[in-house]
Amino acid sequence: MTEPRDASYVFPHRHLLGLKDYSKEDILHVLDQTDNFLEILNRPIPKIPTLRDKTIVNLFYENSTRTRISFEMAQKRMGADVVNFSSSASSVSKGESLKDTIRNIESMKIDMVVVRHPSPGTPHFISRCVDAAILNAGDGAHEHPTQALLDMFSMRQRLGRLAGLKVVIIGDITHSRVVRSNIIGLTRVGAEVVLCGPRTMMPLFVEEMGVRVSYNLEECLEWCDVAMALRIQMERQEGALFPSTREYHERFGIKKRHLREFPNFAIMHPGPINRGVELESEVADHPRAIILNQVTNGLAVRMAALYLLSGGKRG
Amino acid sequence: MAQTLLTAEDLDRTYMRLAHQFVEPFDDLDTLAIIGMQTRGVDIARRIHDIIKERFSVDLPLGVLDTTFYRDDFRTKMRMPSVQITDIPFDLFGKDLILVDDVLYTGRTVRSAMDALMSFGRPASVRFCCMVDRGHRELPVTADYVGIYVPTHLNEEIRVLTKEQDGREAVLVVTKEEESGT
Repeated sequence: MTEPRDASYVFPHRHLLGLKDYSKEDILHVLDQTDNFLEILNRPIPKIPTLRDKTIVNLFYENSTRTRISFEMAQKRMGADVVNFSSSASSVSKGESLKDTIRNIESMKIDMVVVRHPSPGTPHFISRCVDAAILNAGDGAHEHPTQALLDMFSMRQRLGRLAGLKVVIIGDITHSRVVRSNIIGLTRVGAEVVLCGPRTMMPLFVEEMGVRVSYNLEECLEWCDVAMALRIQMERQEGALFPSTREYHERFGIKKRHLREFPNFAIMHPGPINRGVELESEVADHPRAIILNQVTNGLAVRMAALYLLSGGKRG
Repeated sequence: MAQTLLTAEDLDRTYMRLAHQFVEPFDDLDTLAIIGMQTRGVDIARRIHDIIKERFSVDLPLGVLDTTFYRDDFRTKMRMPSVQITDIPFDLFGKDLILVDDVLYTGRTVRSAMDALMSFGRPASVRFCCMVDRGHRELPVTADYVGIYVPTHLNEEIRVLTKEQDGREAVLVVTKEEESGT
């Protein structure tokens, strides 16, 4: 599965702010390393001491269940000391600025920060304020690099390759940071990407990122190797971008009959699934769905990213 | 300048001796298993494994171990070393393991390998085999089976060449200053 690469390659990054900064070689290096972290999770004692001298802060300004748990578990599996911060239970509610919060936390000698924030560019801002390694766990509708890495890892695991792979991403393209990171990553490693969704959820000029756009789900499913359904973000639907979830499901939901009609594509979903909206319930539970593999792989990808960025002494 | 310590012919005999030493203390070989340490220890382990298979008609369990996660020296480096495959396809419980590496030097890699092994289970015993023991230990570690003892200077480097990595077999000693001075 892992083809040998140039032995002189050195991973050049200090942060994971977005896949925009990562070359094809960097992305493939993270994915190759992930294979070895996956093996650790299957050991009788799935714990290694590699980060035992590191302190990591998980700075979550936005709700998150699986990403936060996945990061925290990855950190604990590698022996790091972990501090969790969520905006609701902190002095953010007393009006402290982001810069002050992060500099205060840094004074407590931290090595790495995992950050999720509703404003795009927050991780980049933090990386300029402090000396720690920064990992972006989602910034607004901008990027969510570890999600895209785990998606690519899951595709390669299931289908054996990424170059030339045909991927369709279905749903709310405009509001999705997962899509943006996936487009950057997938096109860089040589996959073909088609976006599919209601016109109200399709950004203008998105073709400039090197993808195609389609409004016909059946056409896409016939063409693709992988169909990735995105979660319809109910909390962002005040603008009424589609008439009803039933109508959305009718036009853009993957249904049981699609599995019969198009026998080849694999099904992905970043979770949490709205059953009966993006995917019919039977589709989500079908053997062709690699949704739970995505969760396991997410842990391994985050371990690999934490490992690669943990080098050296800081501050 | 590289000086040859063992030729391919010498190594044939050394590998043969090590294979016999591995099986010598055992009446039956049910509990014996070999684990090679990445990178060159893996090739050496496989070489010995194959000789035992040929001579004694026993296919011993063979594992591959990467100790990167347990090392104590990478914390001072800025770049993290690449992790290699670990694959131990058998249960360690009750096994008499022989851990195989190319060069025994400071002893730090062996220490990290012991840590790594213990997270896979509880073997009955662990022995250590190295192709070259070059001295300069920093930890209280010794090898049970040694291909060749070589007293070395700190500016010398020992290279164990294997067919898989280098296309030929040999043990070389290289003096570093001369190499960089040209």
